[in-house]
Amino acid sequence: MAASSMRRFGRLGCWVSRREFSTCDDKVVVQKSGKSMNLYSAINQALHIALESDPRAYVFGEDVGFGGVFRCTTGLADRFGKSRVFNTPLCEQVHLMGFILTWPHKQGIVGFGIGLAAMIVNEAAKFRYRSGNQFNCGGLTIRAPYGAVGHGGHYHSQSPEAFFCHVPGIKVIIPRSPQQAKGLLLSSIRDPNPVVFFEPKWLYRLAVEEVPEHDYMLPLSEAEVIREGSDITLVGWGAQLSIMEQACLEAEKEGISCELIDLKTLLPWDKETVEASVRKTGRLLISHEAPVTGGFGAEISASIVERCFLRLEAPVARVCGLDTPFPLVFEPFYMPTKNKILDAIKSTVNY
Amino acid sequence: MMEKELPTLTLDYNTKKLIYSKIPSMSVSDTPWTLFLSWQALDFPGGKVAFTSEMNFIPESANERIPCYRVLDDNGEPFVSNNFVQVSKEVAVKMYSDMVTLQMMDTIFYEAQRQGRISFYLTTLGEEAINIASAAALSADDLVLPQYREPGVLLWRGFTLQDFANQCFGNKADSGKARQMPIHYVSKKLNYFAVSSPMATQLPQAAGVAYSLKMEGKNACVATYIGDGGTSEGDFHAALNFAAVLEAPVIFICRNNGWAISTPVEEQFRSDGIVVRGQAYGIRSIRVDGNDALAVFSAIHTAREMAISEQRPILVEALTYRVGHHSTSDDSSKYRPLNEIEYWKTERSPVNRFRKWVERNGWWSDKDESEHRSSIKKQLLQAIQIAEKTEKPPLGGLFSDVYDHLPSNLEEQEEKLRETIRRYPQDYPSDVPV
Ligand SMILES: Cc1ncc(C[n+]2csc(CCOP(=O)(O)OP(=O)(O)O)c2C)c(N)n1
Ligand SMILES: [Mg+2]
Repeated sequence: MAASSMRRFGRLGCWVSRREFSTCDDKVVVQKSGKSMNLYSAINQALHIALESDPRAYVFGEDVGFGGVFRCTTGLADRFGKSRVFNTPLCEQVHLMGFILTWPHKQGIVGFGIGLAAMIVNEAAKFRYRSGNQFNCGGLTIRAPYGAVGHGGHYHSQSPEAFFCHVPGIKVIIPRSPQQAKGLLLSSIRDPNPVVFFEPKWLYRLAVEEVPEHDYMLPLSEAEVIREGSDITLVGWGAQLSIMEQACLEAEKEGISCELIDLKTLLPWDKETVEASVRKTGRLLISHEAPVTGGFGAEISASIVERCFLRLEAPVARVCGLDTPFPLVFEPFYMPTKNKILDAIKSTVNY
Repeated sequence: MMEKELPTLTLDYNTKKLIYSKIPSMSVSDTPWTLFLSWQALDFPGGKVAFTSEMNFIPESANERIPCYRVLDDNGEPFVSNNFVQVSKEVAVKMYSDMVTLQMMDTIFYEAQRQGRISFYLTTLGEEAINIASAAALSADDLVLPQYREPGVLLWRGFTLQDFANQCFGNKADSGKARQMPIHYVSKKLNYFAVSSPMATQLPQAAGVAYSLKMEGKNACVATYIGDGGTSEGDFHAALNFAAVLEAPVIFICRNNGWAISTPVEEQFRSDGIVVRGQAYGIRSIRVDGNDALAVFSAIHTAREMAISEQRPILVEALTYRVGHHSTSDDSSKYRPLNEIEYWKTERSPVNRFRKWVERNGWWSDKDESEHRSSIKKQLLQAIQIAEKTEKPPLGGLFSDVYDHLPSNLEEQEEKLRETIRRYPQDYPSDVPV
């Protein structure tokens, strides 16, 4: 019995480890005096810097006091005190209430993003607009764990970015690696608009890379070409980029040169970088874990068709999650895998 | 009583006359303001409100905490005889043995998770009495909307150890079709709604379900469970208010176990816990010792009778302690003292206390104990073994039940997926039949 369970676990383990993360360097992070660390440690470092550099920054949410369920807030309460780093009662809506709206820099939460939706959509997102720019949310950043993790089922693996991308007034950011997470999180916290910052759960522990120790920021609303190529443009974000990268490598073996773009900020997104790339390659593939129907890929596809219709040599391809709730035992079937992407690359190039 | 003595003032909107219950009516214009003030009560929508000249703020909490109803003392002796609903030998023995079974299931399944055989687990350790005694006090027709730490209710109702194992291993015998994480049990047959991870969403649903029982004139109620942490969600407040206004036969059972993951109750709410909130919503409420099986049984039994015969919601706050970690994703030694856990695990154990009582009645012996334990252990190991060997549900289960019928987008996606599987079989787990 034990042996068979180990085998089963082994197989699962192998499937997990095939998911890596994208390590392509960002030009902005020139200094390489970094320490090797995983994604949650990079987030932790960014939060330390944010609290250190701005005495009016706060961190609060469910269980953040002892370090958080994902360990992202470890040590913050000891260092900065319980009045700046504190547990809230278990209620997501309240994390956005009165108090925070009157302070310039604060950032919550660990929790169930969807539980927060009404406050984000109706209040935070429109705070500036509906007050004629007399009020704003300052540097509100809402951190939320995000995406597949291998065993989360419906509630703990969803990718709800498209819901939030339909809300003018907020920014939506998804980092692909520890180094990116630190720089993007610091930019989000210091951005004067409300930001929803999705942290791919899969990468919390698994993704390890050198992260510069100093305070640095990476620009929002700027996509990055993380792999140059000439035959097809691939666009993605977060943990999915590493899967796409593997597909690019496979395609290369078959003589197809792929350009890979990390969108990083989904709202407002950097159309120019994607457009320039598609003008070069003439083909576009988008991949995300969220269900394909109404996913953010649809928006990218529509915009690029508008801008590059005559240049396109094939229909825009989407390799995404299925139109089902996020499954448990069927997770490997649901996911946009390397081979699904590879097939789509080939059929797009050979269209 | 007081209402009768108070003179009242009402405004007749048609005639613009003020009507004072003790004197003949007069028109607004000739009513001196001072006279108005001197009247003792206002007939306000919703009921008369007395006037007072004293400016008193209601204190934030009462001087004394609401006491906790208890039947058995720490030695399993009843405090006073007859302050509780009697339990027959048969029921008492089943209650005790199910409490032991639940504890053993938790220990063994937890271990299975540590060995990597299941992906997740969450124990009910320390809360066996609330689980089993509340279930025993309900009837099988009562509908249960659980949070997630109440598998004992299912156990009591006949969910087998094999059923539990099948769900945790996510195999094709799982009645929930292996779609949810371990411990998210469901059984339509046993009137147990599917566990849902998001906190407190079961509560407004419970109010609605109870209203439908009321409308259909059923001789049954709804029992819904919530943790101390869950009571901070807006849904808790919405549910209590709805249930009170709709006069819905629902028992809100709050397991106040001191912690919500790492957040202690002091950081969760002020005032005197959960029980005091009932009155603010117009709900009859009681606080019970959640580690006293007889007290829980009596309180829920009585709550059920009131809920059904008077068609009203009842709130029960059961004080207990989460002896285990929050789940297998948690290490509670990081945020709470070990001796606190140890104290609740040994000195306040609900299982030990109840055992003393059943033994004292001559209903249970050491021999019964060891026979029961070895039989359950055998059943558990076998259940795990079978669950592990049973294959996963077939691939069609990924697409079915999203809607009643497969819409065309899913048909198309299923077809495409099957083609991909044919091309890359190595990408997919071999234990899922395609
Ligand atoms: C809406 C929502 N927010 C956060 C969570 C994460 N979460 C899961 S259990 C839990 C604590 C619940 O504590 P309590 O209600 O006291 O129940 P207990 O675990 O103590 O039985 C939290 C915060 C969740 N599941 N749903
Ligand atoms: Mg609790």
